[in-house]
Formats: sequence, structure tokens, C-alpha cells
Amino acid sequence: MLKLPIYLDNNATTPLDPRVLEAMMPYLTEVFGNAASRNHPFGWAAEEAVDYSRDQIAALINCDPKEIIFTSGATESDNLGIKGVFEMYSQKGNHIITATTEHKAVLDTCKHIEKLGGRVTYLPVNSEGLISLEELEAAMTPQTILVTIMYGNNETGTIQPIREIAAIAHKHGALFMSDATQAVGKIPVDVIADGIDLMAFTAHKMYGPKGVGALYVRRKNPRVKVTAQMDGGGHERGMRSGTLNVPGIVGLGKACELARLEMVADTERLSKMRDRLERELLTLEESYVNGSREHRLPHVANISFTYVEGEGLMMGVKDLAVSSGSACTSASLEPSYVLKALGLSDDLAHSSLRFGLSRFTTDEQIDYAINHVKEAVTKLREMSPLWEMFKEGIDLSKIEWAEH
Amino acid sequence: MAYSDKVIDHYSNPRNVGTLDKSKKNVGTGLVGAPECGDVMRLQIEVDEITNTITDAKFKTFGCGSAIASSSLATEWLKGKTVDEALAIDNMEIVEELALPPVKIHCSVLAEDAIKSAINDYRVKNGMPALEEAKSHH
Repeated sequence: MLKLPIYLDNNATTPLDPRVLEAMMPYLTEVFGNAASRNHPFGWAAEEAVDYSRDQIAALINCDPKEIIFTSGATESDNLGIKGVFEMYSQKGNHIITATTEHKAVLDTCKHIEKLGGRVTYLPVNSEGLISLEELEAAMTPQTILVTIMYGNNETGTIQPIREIAAIAHKHGALFMSDATQAVGKIPVDVIADGIDLMAFTAHKMYGPKGVGALYVRRKNPRVKVTAQMDGGGHERGMRSGTLNVPGIVGLGKACELARLEMVADTERLSKMRDRLERELLTLEESYVNGSREHRLPHVANISFTYVEGEGLMMGVKDLAVSSGSACTSASLEPSYVLKALGLSDDLAHSSLRFGLSRFTTDEQIDYAINHVKEAVTKLREMSPLWEMFKEGIDLSKIEWAEH
Repeated sequence: MAYSDKVIDHYSNPRNVGTLDKSKKNVGTGLVGAPECGDVMRLQIEVDEITNTITDAKFKTFGCGSAIASSSLATEWLKGKTVDEALAIDNMEIVEELALPPVKIHCSVLAEDAIKSAINDYRVKNGMPALEEAKSHH
């Protein structure tokens, strides 16, 4: 029997892999020491576990274990990276470049930087969600200290041209940071080959526990430093104080190890399932994929269904846990700013569904999802006056709608 | 958001979805809302001109579950009512019947507007002056 609802919101968070939990368990019970306790075996055991996790992470992203700064998650890593660079490099300049489709953890941090007197350029994206390298190059100034562009987008899965972006940043003497929350553990991310100087990521998007993440900070070519945003005991080479979350860190390490070992197989299986889901849903008339189909994370599909209202659609697909392009927490509907940045109209942004598949998604679940969405869309369209008008060939943009 | 059982019932089993022949003289059509606001309701009534009674009502709605339920409920209530009785339907009656939360009251307002708009269309088609639309809700 298929268990309902089916979880297809893995870009929000993933379930914990049982193997990760197993690795964590001893550190939640008998191995409880503080990794900073240097005087007894309890502390040594904890420190050893933390160092082992650094090795596991380093092997996944091809860095030196010492370059990993543990944090509470990607939001903190984004904050530490951006604010830390802004403070540390204030002598050099005060200009940061980012993109309009970044996660709020980056955008709101950049807004904070502006309040502190920094200057931020928000690059637009094209209809596929990709920034323009020419526009990036044109935005670079001698005051530019940081370019921060996400690896893969959380709503559409669109993967930016990371290596080319890094090259442009470096050519102009700026550092390159990437919020790789959705990419690490899903696709090969190699900080050396990619030219990444700082990188934010988190455990709970790759089958690890919530509440633990990391900031990769390059130690050579160039040696990057960030000003700590939290004062205290000077943990993590002085960049992030606070007692280390040892069980979480062990979980992050194990999740990275599993991702490294299983990435090829997972990617092959997930992209096949994703493609099938997408192909089937696109057989519905007037349905569109949002974002780049060529440069995309293998487990993500974002599809808009025209003439169907978003909240009604969410109610219709109640057996699926998915995200919509609407943030309708109140009477005023806020369409997704990411989809709007791609040029989607408000109503098309509202009527989108984001599917995020996981290691634990089955073909049976995808079959169910396909039928469930098809039924809901078809039913709502039969109920939709806009669909009827569209079928009659009426141009909806020419209608003078009664205001309300 | 948690929906009431009645909203879920109307959403799952909408009454009177469909289209009446708007070219007929005794059919009134109201189209209210706008796609960018997330709600468009089309409500139609068919009136027996002798008795001034609504013999049939149909709707189609683009909107959330509460909007669909509000218009579905409106069609149920309209059938068998005289046009004057239909005019007296107040949005707060819909709010009460469906237990709509405050953020969804606009769905009931839209349904009331759709009723009045359909009645006005019927009146104008039949040589009667359009009624002043109540603007207090807007």
C-alpha cells in the first residue's frame, strides 16, 4: 500500500537517512564530550569524530579538511560568508554582486550590507534563470570584493555557470562565493576545479540532520578570511564561536560520505524519474517547465499549469507534499519572486508546482503523483472560466476585469 | 491552511459547474474578479420571466478552495429564489455557512458581487435599469 501523502518537497528538506542516524547515535548518548575539551578522553573522542567528519566533507567537495567551518546551517553560512567578507575586506572595497533569484538568506543579508553602507548589484536572470556573464563582467568594479551566486536554484533547479562566474570574479580581483545548498551531495561540486572561495551548504538537504551546515573558506590561492559574526570561545579557527554540534557534525559527515559514494547511482535513478514525471505532466495542454532544462539539478521539476489558480491547485493535490509558486499565507497572494524574475506573470507563477525528488522516492510514488496532478488540473480547468475562454479563443489580456 | 468540512465538500463535489447560453434573453451572466488577483468567478442565472424565479444557476470559478465553495454554494441558494430574494443574499451568510476564516472573506464578497452582477445583466437585457452596485465592500 502506498502511504499518503507522498513527500515530494525534498528541496525544502530531506528525510534523515537511517545510516546517518546510526552514525550519529553514539554521539547523542555515550560519546557526549565537548570537542573543545583538550584535557580528557571525552573531549578527544568528540574532536576525533569532528575531524573525521571534516575528512568526509572534504572528500566530497575536494577541499582541505581544515577549510571547513561548521555552522548551524546554510542560512548562517550565507550570513557568515557575506557579512564576514564585507567586514574583513572593507579596506579593499564595499561592492558585492549577487543575483535576483538567490535564496532569502543571501538577498536579505545583502540588504543588511546595504544598510551598513555597502553597495550591492542584483543581476537579473534570463527566462531560464541564468545570469548573463557579460552583465556580470560589466558590473565588476575595482571596489567589488565579492561575487556571490548560488550553485543550483532551490525553486527551479537551474544551475548557474559557476566556473565562468568564478573566472570573471577572480579576473577582477574579487572573491567568489556560492550558496550550494541544493547542489552539494546532488551533483559533483569541486571547489578547486570550480574556483570557489567560499561555499555555504547544509546537512538536511542531503539526508542529514537539521541544524548543522558548513561554510567552506579557502585557505590558499588566495587565503580567505572572514570576520566572525558571533563572539565567544574562538572555535573554528576564530571564525565561528560556539560549542560544536558533534552529533550533527557526525551526521553531516556521514551524509557527505554517502552522497559521494551513491551520487552517480542516485542521479541516474532520480533524473529518470524526474524526466518521466515531467514528460507525463507536460502532456497536459498549456503546461510549462520553469527554469533551464539543460542546466538543472537532476531531482527537481518546476511546472506551471495555466488557467488553474495556485491555492486551488494545492488543495487539489492534497495527497502530495509539494511546494507552489504562491506564498499565500494571507489574503494578499505573493507569487514566487524567483519565478517572477524568470519573467513569469503573477498568475503563471501562482499556478506552479515544485517537485523535489529524493533517494527514497519510488516509481510507484511518481506514478501516483502523475495521475493525481493530472486529475486535479483537469478538474480545476473544467471549473475554470478562464480555461473556457481560452478554449473559445478569447484573448484574456484584452478583457477589462472588474476590480475588487 | 485548514479548510472547513463544508468548503472541502463543495470543492470536492462542486454543485452546478457549467455554462448557460448567455445569448438567451432570460440568462444573466456575472463575471467578477481578475486573474492577477487570483480569483475569477463567473455566475449565471436563468430566470422564469413570468414568475421572476431563478430556475437554474451555474458557475465556473478560477480560484482557491474557498472561492470555489462560495460560488458553488451561491448557485445552490439561487435556484428557486425570486430575483428579489437573490438580491438579498449577503456575503456574511456565505461566510457563516462555510465557516470562512477572515482571510477568505473576500471570496464571499466576490460571490455576492457575482450574484448582483448576474442579476444586473439579466435586468439590462430585459429593459430594466441596472441596480446601483453596493461598493461598500471594496
